[in-house]
Amino acid sequence: MGRPVDLYLPIAEMSVNALVIVALGGLVGFLSGMFGVGGGFLTTPLLIFYGIPPAIAVASSATQVTGSSVSGALSYFRRGQVDLKMGAVLVAGGFIGSVAGSFLFHWLKSLGQVDVTIGLVYVLFLGGVGSLMLKEALGTIRQMRSGEAPRRKARRHHPLVAALPMKMRFPRSGVYISPLAPLLVGAGVGVLTVIMGVGGGFIMVPAMLYLLGMAAGVVVGTSLFQIVFVTAVATLLHASQSQTVDILLAILLLVGGVVGAQFGARAAQNLPPERLRLFLALLVLAVAVRLAIGLAWTPKELFSIQTALS
Amino acid sequence: MKALLLLIALLLAPAALAQPRLVTDLSQSRIDISYRFAGAELLIFGAIQYPGGRAPADPPGIAVVLRGPAEPATVRKKARVAGIWINTQSMRFESTPGYYAVATTRPIGDLLDERNAAIYEIGLGNLQLSPATAADPQFTSHFEQGLVSLRQREGLFVEQPYGVQVTDKVLYRARLPIPSAVPVGNYQAEIYLIGNGEVRARSTTPVIIDKSGFERGIYVFAHEHSFLYGLAAVAIALGMGVLAGVLLRRRSA
Repeated sequence: MGRPVDLYLPIAEMSVNALVIVALGGLVGFLSGMFGVGGGFLTTPLLIFYGIPPAIAVASSATQVTGSSVSGALSYFRRGQVDLKMGAVLVAGGFIGSVAGSFLFHWLKSLGQVDVTIGLVYVLFLGGVGSLMLKEALGTIRQMRSGEAPRRKARRHHPLVAALPMKMRFPRSGVYISPLAPLLVGAGVGVLTVIMGVGGGFIMVPAMLYLLGMAAGVVVGTSLFQIVFVTAVATLLHASQSQTVDILLAILLLVGGVVGAQFGARAAQNLPPERLRLFLALLVLAVAVRLAIGLAWTPKELFSIQTALS
Repeated sequence: MKALLLLIALLLAPAALAQPRLVTDLSQSRIDISYRFAGAELLIFGAIQYPGGRAPADPPGIAVVLRGPAEPATVRKKARVAGIWINTQSMRFESTPGYYAVATTRPIGDLLDERNAAIYEIGLGNLQLSPATAADPQFTSHFEQGLVSLRQREGLFVEQPYGVQVTDKVLYRARLPIPSAVPVGNYQAEIYLIGNGEVRARSTTPVIIDKSGFERGIYVFAHEHSFLYGLAAVAIALGMGVLAGVLLRRRSA
């Protein structure tokens, strides 16, 4: 029998150091508490680096995001910062996207291209979003240094969104747009949730602000609302289709994450917001670069084995 | 009638006695994977019974094999395409043991002729993996080697050329390492007595490796009631999240 910290994961079928997994959850929780993001985009790659099979890392990370987002979603809801109508449309889109994503996932698995696709999608999205965030954060800091008042951009939704038919009023978000636009945003994020094990807030929040032109006050709450539902659906899909949800792994991550988020939120209070955004951008870019190197570097092992269980 | 039976027995006895026999026991016939499981070691030991109790002059050759359940597997190989490494070639094998360990008194090549090694599948190079994809022998053996070396690195395939100790030409024992990632199922411990490059006697003993208690409960729940398992996972995650939120709000308030 192993050391006291060794824990055998029943679904991943391997023994892990429970303290390392809790610490990993704590680190992600700290960063997510600090930056107000779900942190799924960090959990999945870190679990894969640790040696957890990718399919199990993705599924269990989605379960963990459900748990780590729900209390935030509730507190935004109590403060009236959730647009339920918009949220319902996003969730509906998320359902469609996650089912489509799960078919896509199985198709890729049968081709043997899951791992490389997860890697590429991560590099693409994290690289893109990270660069945009970095540009924005540096711009704000430069403006503040030069004493210039930050220019307020007029809040307008994207012209492509305006072209869609069947417009509807979303009073909470302060927009009059076709529900097809948030449905598509929700569906896109749903696909990512199933394939990457992320909540997708890092995509959804910018999409809501710049694509849909929603009021800033309801963006984070509504995004969390969608994340709770869609990651729950992703967990159900992974559990019933491929039995890849390791509840023990998710619990370990949550235990660490809950504690870490506390410290992260406190640390954030001592840092100016533009600095925080700059650090988050650098963090996201660092993960993207690490994954890109992983894709391009000659792997130690050229062969891989897929059995019915893996 | 009795006389006839006695006669038959007398006729058969020398033939039966001319062959040595193997007696085998294991440190455990069942390995339970509990939440504390981080790998194990199986001790396989026993004795050689020689006809008339006389051991031959040469030291006996022994091969101890522990074989896990076989299942189909697809082996994929990566190649660089447009700067990144992706799976390009693949090969399917119908029967690959999830675990295979062999310990011998001497290297397999010195112990056993090729024909016997292939018949009894003794040695990592002698596994019958049953390739399902029609391909030229070179391609097939390249992928077979890929599978074997990967599983070796994972500790799932083990070859110990001097892993069997023999005491007084009669008692033998071998310790086989079992990693934490071992697949569950019905295993077989096979012991071979080898002389002049051929198998003289063999014995097989079943071993069961299975999850137990809590681990088994979760695994069975996840596989047999997968939708309910998913609902339970969501409920636990939501419960922990809400609870944490309530506790932390109380602390900060």
